[in-house]
Amino acid sequence: MKRETMINAALLLAMIAVPLWAYYAGKPFTITLATKVAILALAGVGLNIALGIGGLVSFGHAAFFGLGGYTMGILASHAQSYSPLFNWPFLFEGSQNMLMIWGVTILVSALAGLIIGLLALRTSGVYFIMLSLAFGQMLYYFAISWPAYGGEDGLSIYVRNGFPGLNTLDPIQFFAICFALLLLALFFTHRLMNSPFGLALNAARQSPLRAATVGVGVFRLRLVALIISAIITGLAGALYADLNRFISPTMLSWQTSGEIMVFVILGGVGRLMGPLAGAALFIILEQVLGPISEYWHIYLGAMLLLVVLFARGGIIGSLAKRDAAHE
Amino acid sequence: MKLRYLAIVPAMAAFALPAMAQSDNGPVRVGMITTLSGGGAGLGIDVRDGFLLAVKQAGNANLELVIEDDQRKPDIAVQLADRMIQSDNVDVLTGIIWSNLAMAVVPSAVAQGKFYLSPNAGPSALAGRGCNANYFNVAWQNDNLHEAAGAYSNDAGYQNTFIMAPNYPAGIDALTGFKRFYQGELSGELLTKLGQTDYASEIAQIRASGADSVFFFLPGGMGISFLKQYADSGIDLPVVGPAFSFDQGILQAVGAAALGVINTSQWNKDLENAANAAFVESFQAEYGRLPSLYASQGFDTANLLLSAMDVAPVSDMDAFQAALKAADFDSVRGDFAFASNNHPIQNIYVREVVQEGDIFTNRLIGVAMENRSNAYVEACNLP
Amino acid sequence: MSAILLAEQVLNGLQSGMMLFLTAAGLTLIFGVMGLINLAHGSLYMVGAFAAAAVAAYTGSFLLALAASIAAAAAAGALVEVLVIRRLYARDHLDQVLATFALILIFSEGTRWIYGSFPLFLNIPPYLSGPITLPGGIQYPLYRLTIIGVGLAVALGLYGLITHTKLGIRIRAGENDREMISALGVDIGKLYTIIFALGAALAGLAGALVGAIQSVQVGMGEPVLILAFVVIVIGGIGSIKGALVGALLVGLTDTLGPLFLPCLFGLFLEPASAATIGASLASMLIYILMAAILVWRPSGLYGVRA
Repeated sequence: MKRETMINAALLLAMIAVPLWAYYAGKPFTITLATKVAILALAGVGLNIALGIGGLVSFGHAAFFGLGGYTMGILASHAQSYSPLFNWPFLFEGSQNMLMIWGVTILVSALAGLIIGLLALRTSGVYFIMLSLAFGQMLYYFAISWPAYGGEDGLSIYVRNGFPGLNTLDPIQFFAICFALLLLALFFTHRLMNSPFGLALNAARQSPLRAATVGVGVFRLRLVALIISAIITGLAGALYADLNRFISPTMLSWQTSGEIMVFVILGGVGRLMGPLAGAALFIILEQVLGPISEYWHIYLGAMLLLVVLFARGGIIGSLAKRDAAHE
Repeated sequence: MKLRYLAIVPAMAAFALPAMAQSDNGPVRVGMITTLSGGGAGLGIDVRDGFLLAVKQAGNANLELVIEDDQRKPDIAVQLADRMIQSDNVDVLTGIIWSNLAMAVVPSAVAQGKFYLSPNAGPSALAGRGCNANYFNVAWQNDNLHEAAGAYSNDAGYQNTFIMAPNYPAGIDALTGFKRFYQGELSGELLTKLGQTDYASEIAQIRASGADSVFFFLPGGMGISFLKQYADSGIDLPVVGPAFSFDQGILQAVGAAALGVINTSQWNKDLENAANAAFVESFQAEYGRLPSLYASQGFDTANLLLSAMDVAPVSDMDAFQAALKAADFDSVRGDFAFASNNHPIQNIYVREVVQEGDIFTNRLIGVAMENRSNAYVEACNLP
Repeated sequence: MSAILLAEQVLNGLQSGMMLFLTAAGLTLIFGVMGLINLAHGSLYMVGAFAAAAVAAYTGSFLLALAASIAAAAAAGALVEVLVIRRLYARDHLDQVLATFALILIFSEGTRWIYGSFPLFLNIPPYLSGPITLPGGIQYPLYRLTIIGVGLAVALGLYGLITHTKLGIRIRAGENDREMISALGVDIGKLYTIIFALGAALAGLAGALVGAIQSVQVGMGEPVLILAFVVIVIGGIGSIKGALVGALLVGLTDTLGPLFLPCLFGLFLEPASAATIGASLASMLIYILMAAILVWRPSGLYGVRA
């Protein structure tokens, strides 16, 4: 078995073992933290498709994350207050059913991915980074100054949305939902990496010109990758909103984009489990360093710096030295 | 150093005020979520220090305190609240500075049967229909200081004032609050970008508007920038604002540009009452700086809680609610009572920025509104 | 709207553009020559402002404060370059983003650790304060005019440096072909350190100049950083001329947008909603501008390579 496969298996095992232990030890907050890791990892998995496989450095993934969150918030708040979202062409009263919310989130994120992709993919390199940032910032400022759903104050959803057959307010059951979605996304990414689509995307990342010469439609390929990436990150946003029962423009800010990117790079760009490793390490650092010092960001910064300088390829990359991510 | 668990050891009680009879109603676990890092940390630190001072002076060993930093991020605040409720088993939450963080934490905390005492934020949503018997605001309803600024503008005889605030809910509330009492004309009304630092454009519009006065609400760094640029613009129209931009923590950064500016506040360090004199003196002795508005609010919040702890056990929710609502403590702002929606009824004063030696500070010059309650009492269905 | 108000607003736009240019020039230089995305550039801006505030408080001299801001930012820049940044040139952009993001955390909290959580005081010196009357009866703050002047002087100085000095030749050579100039015997490591320190010094100067009319506080560099990136992307990465044009464009848009948009919407909407919608759109305006320019010209106005 390859070393990376073993590391991946160990990570997944830990993600199951820790919440189970917490459940029997009566530590619900540890389960909540594990849920946060699963959700942020899911957002990272989404970004990793664009960033790791497609080489599209999106600095605006908070746009999709936040759109997912706002989709949840808007649907749930209308359902909660019994005020229909719209009457035409059919009556839609919003929803507090996760499956319904996820469906709408997929539509909304895909549409946003399509529009942003059509415009931003005309550029490349740093220009693409900045253009994706620009779209994120536009949504951020729009959300702040749009009063209907709370503006900067955000919007509280008092009760977590329901899932048929489960009690989502029970931390371990909500964790199970998030973890199942994460597994699904990981499985999908794994299949995607080895599919003709994934291979062509990878080829386009390494040399767009060569890929185009052999007949690969680079623009369309990247557009589809960005849309898939947007959908997964959007779903993570809807779950994150459910975890906190609260949405706010912070979800759309460039710092959020930066954090999702940090998870991916920290874990290892283009590695299947990179986002999970990165998100887990980030949350652990936050929990361990936070209580030590008011100035814990200094230590966090120093740790990140050490990882970049001396642990190339992220955590997974440096642990699984011999097999490279892409070759 | 970060205080996570601050259990007041019984030995310390020996140093506390003598002859204070304390009935033993069992321990109360308090979770404080406040902003201790990044921009805006100064406010959270002041609330925390004011709170800790009151706790130390009371020497009540039953009060167990957990303090955490929310980094001014709503999602972090929610997760801290979840942790404090789920694993620290707190009875009372407090500490949040910002309205958007309060909106994220308070509704679900009180729905889970916890008490929340707000030392600062008072969004209208929690004062009206969203009020709750377990939620108490010890500072003000968000509109209060702006309403007082409007009332003061009438008293000062302003007829044509220019008003501005950042384009976010608290900013829009500020303008609404000001207009609720102001009776003159408006020469202009501007919504600026949140976090904006250059106000040259707005100042030019003020100059061109023919206004006779300016009202602004720009908290934190925004206010510092505006005041410095306004002072340099050569416009000498009188300026009125709520206390947030003239607070002890930031006045030193504004400097002489703020001299003479009128601001409204429910507290000032020269308010004459015994509790306040003792507070100002002991705060300076403890921390080596003048207390701010936020420190006074943190101090009052702790004393309100301590007063209720002497009367009822926190496990008896109805009795503890009644004990809090009685507000039987010596507030540093003087008379203090709760309206039916658990927000303060209090005087709002007019202050002027002055220089005392090297220090810029405020001095009391009058009362803007007496025994002001708030505009949302009717909408709240609490008795 | 009167002509005087409009003229004053155009001056304001120029002034904020000039300040942006000081920050963006260093950023675009560092990117152009070393190919480095430096998110910590805003932190150097902050270092400059804090150094100026500290020195002004100690000596009372504004000029010394400005000198200190340049020296402190250049020193911080050189130090960071030697310790961290030079290990990143050969890496891809992602590693650079993560490493310089880490530097932001260290700089911000480190500054808070040293100076505390409250904003610092830095004011305009008396000889530059107050307004003067310009032709046409425009009252305009002298300090802001001075900033426009400093920005122009720096732009000219940079132009002279790059076109007429030996260092400038090396910088241009470095932009075109890194391997070649090191093969020709130029100490490329030293050249990079100098360029990085130069960029940092410009950012530090901007921080100090702006700090005198805004607030000197932790985190002040981040909004500026984002704006500076917008500027260099609009102008075309690596182009000083692009940075100047981009900075003025962004400065003018950001100043005039909030003025005109509510009026524009006022033509067909009621005043209250016109103000709200106008203000919302105005805050998105520079990003809309950037998106429009990049969709039209994918490598910026004066960009040569993507």
